[in-house]
Amino acid sequence: MDALSGYSVPKGIDKQKLIDLYKQMWLIRFFDEKVDEFFAKGMIHGTTHLCVGQEASAAGACAVLEERDKITSTHRGHGHCIAKGADVNKMMAELFGRETGYCKGKGGSMHIADVEKGNLGANGIVGGGIPLAVGSALTSHMKKLDYVTLCFFGDGASNEGSFHEALNLASIWKLPVVFICENNQYGMSGSVKEMTNIENIADRASSYGMPGVAVDGNDIVEVMNSVDEAVTRARAGHGPTIVEAKTYRWKGHSKSDAKKYRTREEEQEWKEQDPIKRFKELLIESDVFSEEHAEQLKSEAKQMIEDSVEFAKNSPMASKDNLLEDVYA
Amino acid sequence: MREITYQEAVREAMSIEMRKNPDVFILGEDIGVYGGAFGVTRGMIEEFGSERVRNTPISESAIAGAAIGSALTGMRPILELQFSDFITIAMDQMVNQAAKLRYMYGGKGKVPMVLRTPGGSGTGAAAQHSQSLEAWMAHIPGLKVVQPSTAYDAKGLLKAAMDDENPVIFYEHKLLYQTKSQVPEKEYSIPLGKADIKREGADVTIVATSIMVHKALEAAKELAEEGIEVEVIDPRTLVPLDEETIVQSVMKTGRAVVVHEAVKRGGYGGEIASLIAESEAFDYLDAPIKRIGGLPVPIPYNPELEKAAVPSKEDIKHAVKETLQRV
Ligand SMILES: Cc1ncc(C[n+]2csc(CCOP(=O)(O)OP(=O)(O)O)c2C)c(N)n1
Repeated sequence: MDALSGYSVPKGIDKQKLIDLYKQMWLIRFFDEKVDEFFAKGMIHGTTHLCVGQEASAAGACAVLEERDKITSTHRGHGHCIAKGADVNKMMAELFGRETGYCKGKGGSMHIADVEKGNLGANGIVGGGIPLAVGSALTSHMKKLDYVTLCFFGDGASNEGSFHEALNLASIWKLPVVFICENNQYGMSGSVKEMTNIENIADRASSYGMPGVAVDGNDIVEVMNSVDEAVTRARAGHGPTIVEAKTYRWKGHSKSDAKKYRTREEEQEWKEQDPIKRFKELLIESDVFSEEHAEQLKSEAKQMIEDSVEFAKNSPMASKDNLLEDVYA
Repeated sequence: MREITYQEAVREAMSIEMRKNPDVFILGEDIGVYGGAFGVTRGMIEEFGSERVRNTPISESAIAGAAIGSALTGMRPILELQFSDFITIAMDQMVNQAAKLRYMYGGKGKVPMVLRTPGGSGTGAAAQHSQSLEAWMAHIPGLKVVQPSTAYDAKGLLKAAMDDENPVIFYEHKLLYQTKSQVPEKEYSIPLGKADIKREGADVTIVATSIMVHKALEAAKELAEEGIEVEVIDPRTLVPLDEETIVQSVMKTGRAVVVHEAVKRGGYGGEIASLIAESEAFDYLDAPIKRIGGLPVPIPYNPELEKAAVPSKEDIKHAVKETLQRV
């Protein structure tokens, strides 16, 4: 494909798609920055985990999916959710605990799911979603549904037993699942260097007889290409792959994180690798859009988030009358 | 006497013990420079170093097993689990290994470890981070289960837990971490299996655990204004349970209300209620025993719904009045 001069992008990624992706990355960033702001003001409660700085892995990985494909997500899941096509109004409403939210105000940030759009849910349990993704892939395999499941997880999660057990199962059954490790260098305060003794999480793939690739997770084009290859392989019945996107979480783990485990210099170095800025430069260089058009897309995204706040504020609170609803089907 | 927080009391108990006994160490996720998910181990790595305040990967099964194995071979580990909900991942190690090894080995070997973990709701962290699963643990022979409600109790009970030769699950409550009480600086121990009468009264006995002790005390205070004298018993440890103190109190008052935050169905309150019913206190009962606990629902995110899912002061007052046929 030649949507970008000098770069190859996956089949089906045309100019319009690139433009949409750029806007989507801003949508993800503005969403989480807004959540940060409202959290600080006490208007959103509970806890939140922001993915600012990690927009390329969420947007890039989901960009190559078909509508019928599915994802499983993590506690840091707002980006995945948006990238899989969620409505930001319903997401914001959820964080405000409103009846109109994705989970009727019962799930909050860590548990947003949009089963109709193929988002099988964020997860508050580190590593909890990995076996679920394998199960989703099993359905696709057994019912010959031809969908692929993308399984997002963090570097920290790859130390859980659930990760290892799930990978083994997916591999022996050759299931259509792609394991996407968003290696943002930390699991809470534990750096990946301290908590694993290997260079790449993707290297763990070899223990389970599947391919593993580590890519620049701040380069959306690299993410798209590697995930596309893995998805194609999975769809063709050749089984799972690990794609490790090396990136960085700009903010603390969650609220009240003093970030004493890392330095400002390190944060600065990574911020210079801003995935949105890099993508913009690439798109301008390749004449996909102009600087002005880029600005316009950015402000459209910003406006969508402002609107989502209005939507959330104007929505009714979750009602106590529904407290016991939905425990059982 | 000085007042310190529940969180400080837990830290102080661990620090005193670690200064004395080189076999004691802590392991868990983010307990080093981060100071633990709720700040309980803050500053401890500076004093004790990373060998004894060991940051672990996110691997609850492996770290529980490592604690058990090290306890079996001469160390005295304290395992900090970030949220009590994650005990599910360490379940095989705690239930099939820690609880059973000594017995299965015919009394050979022992597992002197403490698993500390915050339970309960109230922070808006929703269904996977807000559960009260203590009844699961209390059901398993071989485990001891502690639920301190005050800073004073936390310090003394943790000392006893650390001295115990068995695996002890030590449930802290997230909303109690910042509550204060008078706590002696010196070391002291509160024996496991000794309930505390948190308030004396002649009309109704409330047996309450963890954060519900505070709600019961508030309820008792308001009921006193209406002329109802409530006795509040805090068992402090579910296993072993101080049956005597509970039975004696109910014999005195003739009425019992049992309260916990955990879901009522299958909760530990059923155990306490049955204990009363099976005891000599039965003949003294003037009304059926009342149990109050959480609704049978995962803890919701929305703050109002979250509150409604667990017992409130009003629920407790209402139950007390019901046993007095005053509603
Ligand atoms: C089983 C379990 N253990 C611990 C936690 C607490 N916790 C939540 S997120 C997190 C860090 C996860 O790190 P990683 O998987 O790398 O994802 P990231 O936060 O970096 O996106 C921890 C320790 C949890 N939610 N679940």
